Amino acid sequence: MTPLLEVAALAKHYPVKQGLLGRTQGLVRAVDGVSFAIARGETLALVGESGCGKSTTARLVLRLIEPTAGTIRFDGVEVAGAAELRALRRRVQVVFQDPYASLNPRLRVGETIAEPMEVHGIGDAASRTARVQELLGLVGLAPFHAQRYPHEFSGGQRQRIGIARALSVQPELVVCDEPVSALDVSIQAQVVNLLKDLQARFGLSYLFIAHDLAVVRHMADRVAVMYLGQIVETAPKRTLFAAPRHPYTRALLSAIPHPDPGRRGRVAHLGGDVPSPMNPPSGCRFHTRCPHAQDVCREQPPPLREIAPGHASACHFAEDLPPFDAAEGQGIAPLAARRLALYAAAKLRRSGAAARG
Amino acid sequence: MGDESPLLKIEGLRTVFRTSVGEIAAVDGVDLAVPRGRTLGIVGESGCGKSMLSLSVMRLVPPPGRIASGRVLLEGRDLLTLAPAEMRDVRGSRVAMIFQEPMTSLNPVHPVGRQITEAMRAHDKRASARELRDRAIEALRRVRIPAPERRFDDYPHQLSGGMRQRVMIAMALACRPALLIADEPTTALDVTVQAQILDLLRELQAETGMSIVLITHDLGVVAEMADEVAVMYAGKVVERAAAVEIFASPQHPYTLGLLGSIPRLDEDRERLLAIEGAVPPPFALPKGCRFHPRCPFAIETCTRAQPMLEEVAPGHLAACIRAPVEQAVELVA
Repeated sequence: MTPLLEVAALAKHYPVKQGLLGRTQGLVRAVDGVSFAIARGETLALVGESGCGKSTTARLVLRLIEPTAGTIRFDGVEVAGAAELRALRRRVQVVFQDPYASLNPRLRVGETIAEPMEVHGIGDAASRTARVQELLGLVGLAPFHAQRYPHEFSGGQRQRIGIARALSVQPELVVCDEPVSALDVSIQAQVVNLLKDLQARFGLSYLFIAHDLAVVRHMADRVAVMYLGQIVETAPKRTLFAAPRHPYTRALLSAIPHPDPGRRGRVAHLGGDVPSPMNPPSGCRFHTRCPHAQDVCREQPPPLREIAPGHASACHFAEDLPPFDAAEGQGIAPLAARRLALYAAAKLRRSGAAARG
Repeated sequence: MGDESPLLKIEGLRTVFRTSVGEIAAVDGVDLAVPRGRTLGIVGESGCGKSMLSLSVMRLVPPPGRIASGRVLLEGRDLLTLAPAEMRDVRGSRVAMIFQEPMTSLNPVHPVGRQITEAMRAHDKRASARELRDRAIEALRRVRIPAPERRFDDYPHQLSGGMRQRVMIAMALACRPALLIADEPTTALDVTVQAQILDLLRELQAETGMSIVLITHDLGVVAEMADEVAVMYAGKVVERAAAVEIFASPQHPYTLGLLGSIPRLDEDRERLLAIEGAVPPPFALPKGCRFHPRCPFAIETCTRAQPMLEEVAPGHLAACIRAPVEQAVELVA
């Protein structure tokens, strides 16, 4: 089956201009040859630190910016001209990171949610109003919220509004650009659960951008890890978490704080910052921070190569890395686990038969 | 803790805001203690009053808020009774604070080094400019900033988010405070940088023996840092215990909800155990236990009487009549 979205060798380079004549001094390779595909109903997570190019990739997929090179095929058709772009604009929607900046403060929530339908000429005023009511219910808000302004809502509720807006034109792919990064942990969980419910209900595909692998664990079917504009590892979710085969993926996993004080201080964390994408390190771009780096890593860039079906890593030593256990020392105490189970059961009972396990 | 008196002791603290609907309490009768050289983690969702609590300790509550009652004892001295000039002396030299967003706390038009020397100058009028520069470079070195001599003249926008937070920490620690209040210090950062900053804070604490109050919404971060934990909800402490104890035997349903919300790597759950709803605003608090509308264990009694913070195990306090929940659950119809 054709994937819903297919991205091949996508690149975005920004020239750096300096001086009076605005001469190009160099290139920032924000995205530098990225390929991936998303099937219908699938979630691909794109994960990496700030500056790795994951948000630029999202913007390229949305065609909010023009790629320097590479192709984007949506539902088998290459998005090149204005006609394809117009269709893409309806079929691909976005939920942004900052629920404060991404809603117009002067529009009532109902107007915000109806706006994409107006832009695409869907329905009349009455049907749009009805649809807004329906959407508010879908994302767990009340019909009267349509008359309110964004400032009257909490961060989590605003993110729900953003999701309702994205769904208003019945998209097939939703690009979620760090949709929960700005939220409290407890609210993150609500929004993640909502996104999963909506996916099951409407068969949505997600391109889910995150800097935190833990959140991804509960969202993604497949994960692609990005570093300095390139994908360094991609695998089905379970494989990636059980047996990561790139040192950077392992570093991201080790950095996640665990609810276990016994683990404290036992994990070595990645040092340093992401190098400048204007002047990326020679050879493997990760070698400056990699605990396993050898001479070959400084000299030869490792290609992203398949090491098992569906699992690719861009590391010279992917097969030779020592064993790794992401959840090491993370056992939640038995009594705490028992109480969490009771909490889950009590919650399920309260929410009635409507709730799903 | 031993028999040593705590560095900071908060007793019956109430911070109120006068509004059109009357006086509302953002912090509503909080008792806490921070042992010397240790870390107290204060955890709760946005709006639970944890930031207002820390601002109360600094006496920086923004108007129309004010501290209505209580005591804030630092090394035995009640900060709430100090004259404004005395309090200014305490801030920075004895108690320092770092915030979530280092970009808004740094002045964008001054080099970072100058901002550190300014903070030093406020507490040391006699040092020469040369001396202050050396000390500021030393402060940058202590927070593991590479090539601090060169970074001294950098502007905030030239630094990464992690580097900016390091500069903030350098500035906060410039005068060797006994207590550092860190209000969501890593919330805006990447997980990798968060891990670095938490490592750094732990190392600096071991070096200087300072106490830390760490404010966060993430129990995972608390587990990485805290010795003692206080869980806050709607202006009140609902659970207090040693960190090891609270993760081994969480008592309050709100603590369970926060714990269940953390995405975990060791478990392949499809759904996260979220807490439904949101923290009620201080002007619309529910009757009885303030958590009862969101609590899956709530019974009729919970809607009437506010539960007291009581000892459920030695050194472990919880404000819930249903705790421990395994005993309560048989009673559910």
